[in-house]
Amino acid sequence: MKFTRRDVIRTGAGAAAGIVGSQFLGRPAFAQDAPKYTPEQGASLRLLRWSPFVQGDEDSWLANTKKFADATGVQVRVDKESWEDIRPKAAVAANVGSGPDLMLVWFDDAHQYPDKLLDVTDLGDYLGNKYGGWYDGPKGYATREGKFIGLPVACIGNAIVYRDSWVKEAGFSEFPKDTAGFLELCKALQKNGHPAGFTHGHGVGDGNNYAHWLLWSHGGKMVDEQGKVAINSPETMKSIEYAMELYKTFIPGTESWLDVNNNRAFLAGELGVIANGISAYRTAQINKDNDPKLAEIAKDIRTTNLPVGPVGQSIELHQTTVAVIFNYTPYPNAAKAYLQFMFEQEQMANWIEKSLGYCCQTLKGFADNPVWTSDPNAAAYSRASETLRPNGYAGPLGYASAATMADYVLVDMYAKAVTGQATPEDAVKEAEKRANRYYRV
Amino acid sequence: MASITTSEAPRASVLSSLTESRGFLSAWFMLPSAVLLLVFLTYPLGLGVWLGFTDTRVGRAGIFIGLENYQYLWDDSIFWLSVFNTLLYTISASILKFVLGLWLALILNENLPLKSFFRAIVLLPWVVPTVLSAIAFWWIFDSQFSIISWALMELGLIDHRINFLGDPTNARASVIAANVWRGIPFVAITLLAGLQTIPQSLYEAATLDGAGRWQLFRYVTLPLLTPIIAITMTFSVLFTFTDFQLIYVLTRGGPVNATHLMATLSFQRGISGGQLGEGAAIAVAMIPFLLAAILFSYFGLQRRKWQQGGGD
Repeated sequence: MKFTRRDVIRTGAGAAAGIVGSQFLGRPAFAQDAPKYTPEQGASLRLLRWSPFVQGDEDSWLANTKKFADATGVQVRVDKESWEDIRPKAAVAANVGSGPDLMLVWFDDAHQYPDKLLDVTDLGDYLGNKYGGWYDGPKGYATREGKFIGLPVACIGNAIVYRDSWVKEAGFSEFPKDTAGFLELCKALQKNGHPAGFTHGHGVGDGNNYAHWLLWSHGGKMVDEQGKVAINSPETMKSIEYAMELYKTFIPGTESWLDVNNNRAFLAGELGVIANGISAYRTAQINKDNDPKLAEIAKDIRTTNLPVGPVGQSIELHQTTVAVIFNYTPYPNAAKAYLQFMFEQEQMANWIEKSLGYCCQTLKGFADNPVWTSDPNAAAYSRASETLRPNGYAGPLGYASAATMADYVLVDMYAKAVTGQATPEDAVKEAEKRANRYYRV
Repeated sequence: MASITTSEAPRASVLSSLTESRGFLSAWFMLPSAVLLLVFLTYPLGLGVWLGFTDTRVGRAGIFIGLENYQYLWDDSIFWLSVFNTLLYTISASILKFVLGLWLALILNENLPLKSFFRAIVLLPWVVPTVLSAIAFWWIFDSQFSIISWALMELGLIDHRINFLGDPTNARASVIAANVWRGIPFVAITLLAGLQTIPQSLYEAATLDGAGRWQLFRYVTLPLLTPIIAITMTFSVLFTFTDFQLIYVLTRGGPVNATHLMATLSFQRGISGGQLGEGAAIAVAMIPFLLAAILFSYFGLQRRKWQQGGGD
């Protein structure tokens, strides 16, 4: 766990104040700092979130929501949409000024329309102070110019999910830790009829995760610190060459894959290795009693972090989901009270636990949740919030980074090169041109 | 009293003259339609055209930038790929829908047993919501679980699965096939309605003159069906050209934009990508193609010469 200097000072000061305060008041530390939001008369809320991949996530979220409704009288309707539809729905809601009061959006969506979102800095600061501080990556997605434009709810960790027996059968006693070894493993798996499969299609999560890992693990980046497009680099070329070699070992059809294809093929026993959230493992585990084949797969599944490339450190995108309140809501206090309630210890800890490792905490204080130690396969997902690198690295988060991702510039670059539809040079040039359009050069 | 009489008489006469005025009544009765058209058609269309000349983004009002969006699109290979895909998709699917739909209509026009049942069944693909049929096709074309691949492998006709949606050519053919499956009922049922309006006496007269089945079709059925073909195919072309759901569910424009239509690209850039101005420009770029299709239908297919069985 990494604490920044600011976190330490903030937490230390808060702790000191809390101890002093509690001596006089006999109340838990920080209780006096908790913002009080009195819901508006007759308030009711509508939240739009993404469809869950792990049922426990939704069950717990709804149960916590009901608790909030029982405690405050504010009814909250929770609607859900498929992952891919969240981004356009949020964009439309922000633009027309009508729709759900709150939404769980993805990545840097909130940076596309910060003026349309309610400032929740008081809540963000309060929760950060109370629960050990926010992890930098998720916090970056939810803050702009020092203000919280949303609250980062969770990171959906991405990790390698593989069949242990097939990896051993391929001659590897343990899963390779570097990209070179990983390529050798994929070749051996393909030879044995248990190929790997990574998404080269327009999958919001899997497609972007894989493409960003390819780029970053080889030292490439979309833009530099000033937001100048820097994709056309020797590092990017090396990553494409690596991707082309890896692609040769894949099961056919990965160019068309969307977010669910790899889970489906893996759980059907078609694949030896994929990269995915913990949902692939949990699906097998939850359904093992009804399906002997899934029971066997669940027993054989292992997870680990994606191999480290030439840059020498583990770098991944993961997916961050941020809760935003649109400023058109007639019930801003009720919406803030709802988020405050959902983030408090009892609710948040329960939600993280019931999500079975699918949702990684964004507040450091929840890192000791038993879900991360109750099953060895959860460990690979436990540090997603801590290790993630934000979209649009190394430039600023904003409209351009969000649009570049939404237009699949990076995903298409790799897909075009690996399928032979363009030379690596042409694929990079096209990506550079498309990115320049968004970064307005 | 006198003042009341003098003030009411002109009012009554104005009202009665208005109610007797054909011009006023026409305008009055058309007003609701005109308001609806203005609010729900003209305004959005005008707004879309205007947005195409601005750099409006999601959550931020734009400024007028002239033709910049169009200049960028002119040099954008993905835009031109989407134009090519849209034309290929529309032309191929429309031709197939027309040929198969007409064939089906001719069969259904015969005295078949259980005729009504078959006519109802034919409508099913049209009745099923597009998203549901698209999801069914998603499974049918899945690179790992396709029933087509499985059946062909079981029959020993192929030794590996067909990469339906991963290969650009296969992907284009697959989405066209799905669109044709869905669109045939509309063409077939509409043409069937047209076939039933052709008087039987014309066939009898032609038969007496010694016409064979092909000549009956060529010189009686086809010319009399041409007006309804024009209308049906105009709508069919418009539906196909602006298709969105099938592509969005099946491929989301992939693989590597090989199935991106102008409508899906417009959505991806305008809504998901937040570039409302550029998305609107792509949508506006569809208008000339749509106008051309409509003009072709009205001024081409409805030519009296063709309808009378003649050529150019």
